Amino acid sequence: MASANAKAQPLTNGKLKLMICDDSNIIRRKIERELQIERLQVIATAANGKQAVEAFRKEPADVVTMDITMPEMDGIECVENLVKIKPDVLILVISALSDKATAIEALKKGANGFLCKPFTDRQLTEALEELLRGAGNDD
Amino acid sequence: MMTKVELETFVEGTTHYFATAANQPASVGSPYIVQEGKPTIQEFTGLISIAGKRRGIVYFTASRPMLTVMLMRMGETELTQENMCDLVGEVANTISGNARRDFGKDFMISVPTVVAGEPEKVVTPDNIRSFVIPINWRSHSAQLVVCLE
Repeated sequence: MASANAKAQPLTNGKLKLMICDDSNIIRRKIERELQIERLQVIATAANGKQAVEAFRKEPADVVTMDITMPEMDGIECVENLVKIKPDVLILVISALSDKATAIEALKKGANGFLCKPFTDRQLTEALEELLRGAGNDD
Repeated sequence: MMTKVELETFVEGTTHYFATAANQPASVGSPYIVQEGKPTIQEFTGLISIAGKRRGIVYFTASRPMLTVMLMRMGETELTQENMCDLVGEVANTISGNARRDFGKDFMISVPTVVAGEPEKVVTPDNIRSFVIPINWRSHSAQLVVCLE
């Protein structure tokens, strides 16, 4: 079982590891397909929060996109779990829940950004780039 | 009973969804009340249960040809039954989730339930009026049905 001290092993190509968590297959595939940031590489996808935590324990990602409304474990609880495992993980919540209270709750639990569904490929790229800039990972 | 302003939230959400996710605006008509019988059910239906501040259901129903074109417009290459089920659920989930901007966080939405080809399984509460929002997109038509206390 992974501990709270789990460390990400960087990919040999120097890219940051990305995990995509969404209960919609077409959204997972859309994010993967439209990802236009060279320094990110998808290492895992998960269909709910429980699967995401299991995958993250095996191999912690550097960046995570996270839906909120999902079966098994929702995105808010998942964010809390991922941050416990790897406090410096960067999490972009991508959700249809567009009220301010939900965004604030996600940020309080440890998310770093919020993108509202539906989104264009440009909005996705900009949100991820802003996330990386905020963490000092811009080139 | 829903107000005109509340219905407008769903009309705007539907318009925004098609313009953004499906890469082509839809013509979203004025909502109307179902006077007799049940609202239209097409081949694929994604349902969201609403709880909390309001109770009821919201569903999006569409045909296979329309969903096929939507998936293609979204860049999806796997035009499978599973992805069509996924898409109707995601449309219903996105429009309902976006409605929280106006309804607030106590407008609690479920994960989507999808019904494919079995219209009798789509059940609307008998004691609540259903509003149908007609959607015309390219040569296809779909419906968003809002049934809230």
